[in-house]
Amino acid sequence: MTDTVSPTTTGAPAPEATGRSRRVDSDWVRRNGVFVALALLLLFNLVFTDNFATEGTLRLQLVQVAPVLIVALGMALVIGTEGIDLSVGAVMALAAALIPLYIGYGTGLAIGISLLAGVVVGLIAGVLVAHVGVQPIVATLGLMVAGRGVANLFGGQIKSIRDEGFRELGTGSILGIPYVVAIAAVIAVIVGLVVRRTTYGRQLVAIGGNKLAAELAGLPVKRVLVTTYVVSGLLAAMAGILLAARSQASDPTKLGLLMELSAITAVVIGGTPLSGGQVRILGTVAGALLMQLITATLIFHNIQDSWAQIVQAVIVIAAVYVQLGRGTTRKSRTT
Amino acid sequence: MSTTEVDPATTNSPEAAMASRARFAALVQRQGAFAIFVLVMVVASFSFDSFLSRGNLTGIAVQASFLAMLALGMTFVIMTGGIDLSVGSVFALGGVLAAWGSQHGTLVAFALPLGVCGFIGLVQGLVIARGGLPPFIVTLAGLLFARGLLLLLTDEGAKTYKVPAGSAFRKLAQNDLLGIPYPVLLVVLFFAIGALVLHRTSYGASVLAIGGQEDAAELMGLPVARTKVLTYVASALLAGFGGIMIASYTSSGVTILGVGLELEAIAAVVLGGTLLTGGAGTILGSLIGVLLLQVIKNVINQVGSLDSDWQAVVSGTILLGVVTLQRWLTRAERT
Amino acid sequence: MTATTTTTPARGTGDPVLETVGVTKTFGGVHALRGVDFQLAPGEIHALVGENGAGKSTLIKVLTGVYTPDAGEVRYAGETRHFRGPSDAQDVGISTIYQEVNLVPLLSVARNIFLGREPRNRFGLIDVRSMNQQARELMRELTIDLDVTKELGRLGLGAQQMVALARAMSVESRVVIMDEPTSSLEAKEVTTLFTVARRLRDRGVGLVFVSHRLDELWELCDRVTILRDGRWVHTGSLAEMSRLELVSSMLGRDVEEVASEGATEFGESHRRGEEPAMVVSGIEVRNRLHGIDLTVRPGEVVGLAGLLGSGRSETVKAIYGAMHTDGGEVTVSGKKVRPNSVRGALRAGIALLSEDRKAEGIIPDLSVRDNIALAVLPRMSRGGVVSESKIDALVETFMRRLQIKASSPQQKVRELSGGNQQKVLIARWLCTEPTVFLLDEPTRGIDVGAKSEVQALIDELAQQGLAVVLISSEMDELVEGADRIVVLHDGSARSELDSSNLSSSELLRALAGDRAGDDTTDSATDSATDSATDSATPSEGEAS
Repeated sequence: MTDTVSPTTTGAPAPEATGRSRRVDSDWVRRNGVFVALALLLLFNLVFTDNFATEGTLRLQLVQVAPVLIVALGMALVIGTEGIDLSVGAVMALAAALIPLYIGYGTGLAIGISLLAGVVVGLIAGVLVAHVGVQPIVATLGLMVAGRGVANLFGGQIKSIRDEGFRELGTGSILGIPYVVAIAAVIAVIVGLVVRRTTYGRQLVAIGGNKLAAELAGLPVKRVLVTTYVVSGLLAAMAGILLAARSQASDPTKLGLLMELSAITAVVIGGTPLSGGQVRILGTVAGALLMQLITATLIFHNIQDSWAQIVQAVIVIAAVYVQLGRGTTRKSRTT
Repeated sequence: MSTTEVDPATTNSPEAAMASRARFAALVQRQGAFAIFVLVMVVASFSFDSFLSRGNLTGIAVQASFLAMLALGMTFVIMTGGIDLSVGSVFALGGVLAAWGSQHGTLVAFALPLGVCGFIGLVQGLVIARGGLPPFIVTLAGLLFARGLLLLLTDEGAKTYKVPAGSAFRKLAQNDLLGIPYPVLLVVLFFAIGALVLHRTSYGASVLAIGGQEDAAELMGLPVARTKVLTYVASALLAGFGGIMIASYTSSGVTILGVGLELEAIAAVVLGGTLLTGGAGTILGSLIGVLLLQVIKNVINQVGSLDSDWQAVVSGTILLGVVTLQRWLTRAERT
Repeated sequence: MTATTTTTPARGTGDPVLETVGVTKTFGGVHALRGVDFQLAPGEIHALVGENGAGKSTLIKVLTGVYTPDAGEVRYAGETRHFRGPSDAQDVGISTIYQEVNLVPLLSVARNIFLGREPRNRFGLIDVRSMNQQARELMRELTIDLDVTKELGRLGLGAQQMVALARAMSVESRVVIMDEPTSSLEAKEVTTLFTVARRLRDRGVGLVFVSHRLDELWELCDRVTILRDGRWVHTGSLAEMSRLELVSSMLGRDVEEVASEGATEFGESHRRGEEPAMVVSGIEVRNRLHGIDLTVRPGEVVGLAGLLGSGRSETVKAIYGAMHTDGGEVTVSGKKVRPNSVRGALRAGIALLSEDRKAEGIIPDLSVRDNIALAVLPRMSRGGVVSESKIDALVETFMRRLQIKASSPQQKVRELSGGNQQKVLIARWLCTEPTVFLLDEPTRGIDVGAKSEVQALIDELAQQGLAVVLISSEMDELVEGADRIVVLHDGSARSELDSSNLSSSELLRALAGDRAGDDTTDSATDSATDSATDSATPSEGEAS
């Protein structure tokens, strides 16, 4: 296989060159479409939605989007490696379910144990993907099923959490910004910096872009993959804790349900290709905000929640279609 | 591609050892679920007197029949190397449409859900086969779309349609023949047809060929795109039919059903030995995968002291265990 | 040679069953084929040979309808045809057997033979019994002893090739194209495959045979067509042609021709150190490499030569730890390198510029800068945080030194020309400050200007004391660039040329396998048996 190079390989750049102008356009749309859409939707709401530009409304939107955003940031990293993490919803439930069990020993300890649970699930996923070679979708699917089971075992039914510190985490605010929102923002900044500035971030993007070449360049591929799933698990746990803190209860059967799909949607709409090799943090933030705002806009205008889902479906397809139009005709099967 | 590298015909010892290892790997992959299934059955029948009772076994069979319909379609989809995340939603949508339709006659109760679900499958298939979009994302959008449609029909899930008391439609899932409930008979019938279609029609041959080697299938002149479209239509129709059955069984269109069911179906198919990469697998294996999941549920219910949530934990663990074993064995075979 | 089998003079003389007339095919300005004429007669086995980039694969794809020619036409049975796809070609009776068997491994033999054309019963369902029956008859006809109900994937590769042939027969093809069918077969399987191929020929089928194992050509084929650089070079009877003649027209070198000096940018030979920089001993890879030894001194350029499939790329990959080895060891500057580990090799100071730039080299969506710094990120970081200024300095140094032409260091590597991509990769490896640099076809597929720049760079690196292993299928590059050349044949080092006999004509002889003036080695005709015995002996590398 190494010795046969057909002339097609050498001639391949040509079609790309001829389609350049078109490609640049769609590339621009792919990169910035989400921002434009977000801006337009904001504008629409400012004009047509009563009481939109009030502090209360905006704050509510941000509080609601925060957990999704945190999960989506981890998902963006995983997708950057050409993987996927379906276990995030279950991890959220698990993390939330652990809180009432340990909150009696101290708020910090309970949160620490919850985060640790997320790390453990991520570690299992990472080892299965990187070392055993299980497809990401199967590995995290198994963990999703098992993880929610474990969460239910710990938490059984809805448990309310009475703890002053925990309540403060969910409902308090700093300088007028709710803690939940502040935490999400800080995480977004950190993840953004990690992707841009650290060895790990650079290596992650390279692995997603061309795993074989990354391996041959001596990159620690397995270690990076495991780390990525651990981070995703950790962030999902954090989102679960925040949701529990907001409602001051944990409901392992419901909490985080379908969260994996919302997170994937936010990432994809934000312009991160499912085929890996790029992580767009700002795009992911905008993607999460956009999805939230679409739902909210429909609600403001008394359009039912169901339409939100239908609109979401259409947007996902459109977003991926734009991505494919870019010229990377890499067919990704299954994932 | 790894499968072609084994040559059992060669005689020298390392190769022979590899060949036997490969055979073992194939055995685990194909019969692993069956072995566990038998084991669980035997253990359960010794542990619980009531396990082998007619009532209990019938219960298991009926409960399993709904998932079985989804798993059958999923088997075909996965064999082509794709995935269908929409079946859970389509299943629920089918149920609601059937319950609503039954108020206008039994014929409508069948035709309406099949028509709508079939159409969703057709659109998904066309977008995947002709548009070249990844199945994962297209059917994810399908999931959202179908659920949105369902919520729209049920007044955001608030309204539950009832099947009229005297309706013949109730007979579909509530009556039995010689003591065997109709849903069970239908599953047996559908799986028999499925096996016949897979092994005895040119469509089935194309399915196997596409999943095995899409390029080869193309080169052999098989109708790749058409086969894929048909497969997604079939999957949606089967999910819709599963919904019809559940509507008849519960005499209503329950809106909350089907969440996460697509993942259970995938788990059953993978447990049954169908490779997520496509090409390999058996219809019967998927049925066994479904039964295994259902029997585990049943056994856990029988152990009074155990929480029913153990079912998810055990299913997830078994799924990961089987996949890990498959990977390790196939890897050993390659080096 | 072994052409004693069956060579009837009448063969290859009938009206051509398949021919191309003046076929031209370009890919983005690169001519893959230029006005190629090719004729296949019924009842002949016609060899198609050429080195990389000669246009074999393109010609085959034109013949089988995968590509439409830009100019010229394809005629089948005297009629001009415009195939719109492989199934069109198949429908008229052109079957193709690929190197990687293009059948479905999980279906039975019979299913594979009849896929898409299964016999039906009166219910319109596939009639398995009659299908198996027909398959069995077909197998009997071909005298292949095989259980047709067995899953294809459980058969040996050779048997799978037979099934592909049987499929070709069952569609009553008049033309069968075999694209390197033997490359992964055992000697015994090759024999059976050839028997079946001859039987098809005797039934009047025209066969095109592509193989990089030269011995097989004389054993099986009647005529040969040679392509070079997309052009037709020669068509004629194989019986009237010697190995040396064949190889020299493949490579475009006259046997008598003296190497033209100055065709490349390489200078005179290099000063070399005395202590070897790298010692490779007894590298074994099952079915691929058989006890390769190699020593490179600092400042020395060692060429690795060999025809397609001789194991050149595999050798450097095995040294680099990127291909699993079954034995042997590598030492760099006297220290043993951890086997089968890329990271181990890198740490020891080995770098590999891979042949496949696209798949194994560049990360297309990353910038020039990030691609260059990829392998040394840890060294450019403190506490896991990348130092941008350090990288900028490093990247700037190398972009200037290698004259990488990019709009900025931030430009995506996918947008660069092939030559500049190659320079980016060379820069990536030089950043690691290697002791030994393995270069696999460093100048393939890049334009002339970049080529001479790369050649000059290799020279310069060697002058500075780097130990270089250079693989090239261009003879000039090897003869002028290398201080020594090791010639590989079927995965073993067969001969070595050093300053005493380093010339194009010697290299040509060595490549062809008949070594004038040295009768200690067997003639290459026995290579099949050679490699068989080689693989049977345990690796010697472990003892040393």
